[in-house]
Amino acid sequence: MLRTFTYGTLIFLSALFILPFYWTFITAVKDISELYQYPPVFWPSDVQWENFITAWFKQPFDVYFKNSAIVVVMSTIGQLFSSSLVAYGFARFQFRGRDVIFIVLLATMMIPWDVKMIPLYMEFNMLGWINTLKPLIVPAYFAEAFFVFLLRQYIMTVPIEIDEAARMDGANAWQIYWRIHLPLMMPALVLVGTFHFMNAWNDYLGPLIFLNDQSKYTLTLGLSMFKGLHETDITSIAAITVLLCIPPLILFFFAQRYIMDGAIGSSVKG
Amino acid sequence: MSGVQDRQYQRQKFVDKLTPYLFISPWILGFFFFTLGPLVFSFVMSFYDWPVVGEREFIGTQNYEVMLTQDPLFWDSLWVTIKFGLFFVPFNIILGLLLAVLLNQRVIGSGIFRTIFYLPSVISGVALVTIWAWIYSHEYGILNFLLGLAGIDGPNWLGDPNWALLAIVIASLWGLGGTMLILLTGLQSIPKELYEAAKMSGVPAWARLIFITIPMLSPMILFTFITSIIAAFQQLTIALLLTGGGPLESTYFFAMYIYDNAFKHFEMGYAAANSWVMFLIILALSMMVMKSSSAWVYYEGEMKKGGNKDA
Repeated sequence: MLRTFTYGTLIFLSALFILPFYWTFITAVKDISELYQYPPVFWPSDVQWENFITAWFKQPFDVYFKNSAIVVVMSTIGQLFSSSLVAYGFARFQFRGRDVIFIVLLATMMIPWDVKMIPLYMEFNMLGWINTLKPLIVPAYFAEAFFVFLLRQYIMTVPIEIDEAARMDGANAWQIYWRIHLPLMMPALVLVGTFHFMNAWNDYLGPLIFLNDQSKYTLTLGLSMFKGLHETDITSIAAITVLLCIPPLILFFFAQRYIMDGAIGSSVKG
Repeated sequence: MSGVQDRQYQRQKFVDKLTPYLFISPWILGFFFFTLGPLVFSFVMSFYDWPVVGEREFIGTQNYEVMLTQDPLFWDSLWVTIKFGLFFVPFNIILGLLLAVLLNQRVIGSGIFRTIFYLPSVISGVALVTIWAWIYSHEYGILNFLLGLAGIDGPNWLGDPNWALLAIVIASLWGLGGTMLILLTGLQSIPKELYEAAKMSGVPAWARLIFITIPMLSPMILFTFITSIIAAFQQLTIALLLTGGGPLESTYFFAMYIYDNAFKHFEMGYAAANSWVMFLIILALSMMVMKSSSAWVYYEGEMKKGGNKDA
């Protein structure tokens, strides 16, 4: 009885969760004649793969893609590097003010982005960074609190004796970080890289505020432009939506093991 | 000790002292340039009439006074945000908890179910909006078709001021996978012996849920409670793209009000004042939840204090 209820609920809810994806996908590949049919067509008689190509050329999506790729790759490198450095610093050293600084770091996670959005705009404006990709890349080189926290937790599970042994062999702090901890952190770095990739790839408000020229747009901005340009071009909107969803979904499937292993949960527990 | 050796020793000591700060320096610098600096800057701005171009002028607390006493949009958008939060926060936690409890039983294919429920959390807010805009479409939307099958005459979701906010709540709830995952991890860390002991003493399933699961899970629930409140207040992408704040400003969120003041009306000082009010509200709400938590959150042993002090 309870089993039936459990499976029934799970199957019903997962159908509900999947349906929007499926509906978007078939909207993207439907022929225009089936798009507005009533009752709706759930199984297109003919899959129009070329809809994706048509949609891609409705706007300069190759430019948007290039911009998105630059932002994502450059900022992910910076995030992995800076956050792991900082995490190592907090995890493995005793220094004056460490605990206070760490609490401040945790507290910064509470600050809403909206409060920083306006002054950051002014700041980047003064630096001449508006309408460049820099505001979307450079901050990632200065570590993010949540990732520092996650990586620090991970480093602290590594026995300190490993560090001590390396030090005996003459390794300095940098070498211990670079040769020992960085390789050991790999699973946690995959997690951080995945989260950061998704944040950067999916970001809409950052590009919206910091970019003006179409030649600087990222994919999310391009997709949102469809609303103004071709309000009724549902097929193209759906096609680009599908394409936009693919990279994070693929990445998620690869990194799933690390995400589901409870890294999120264990970081909450602290 | 000779002079040279002494100098070397001093130098080494200095380097050792400096090393940790060098490692954390990226965050320290980032903190000053991208967090503390902007925060202070925005606080100063909030006391100015500060257009993007042209002369700025110190006006004291006038921004705050105007906002609180002469700007109905401030109160309206705040009320929209609170209404959204009143729907979104409880449903986000209750549904997330329901899914987590179901998945925590020994179910075949639980990994697949878990993945399915998490998938929507992975995609962009813009994609989420385009997906739901088509689902909600009044004429061709699949939602009203499905409701029609059940004999329900679906409303004009995005065009009716009575329904648009609810439409945003539903679309937002599609992304509850993160909450589910956190609660699921919490469930898995509850010792099995507790349930076995309760089962042996004949405690029924519903009582086990209320008297074991919920209390043991309460620290996680507290965390998701606070993060969903923050999420509700920062709701911007969906409102901006799905409804544009309409119809009749029924989905004009507080975050959108700030955005419009800053980047549409270019009143940077006023918008900065708005954003500080948002910050203070979030802070106050989080404090209230935290304060009340001693009454309803159960910490096992030293877990409470263990938190972040395990350094």
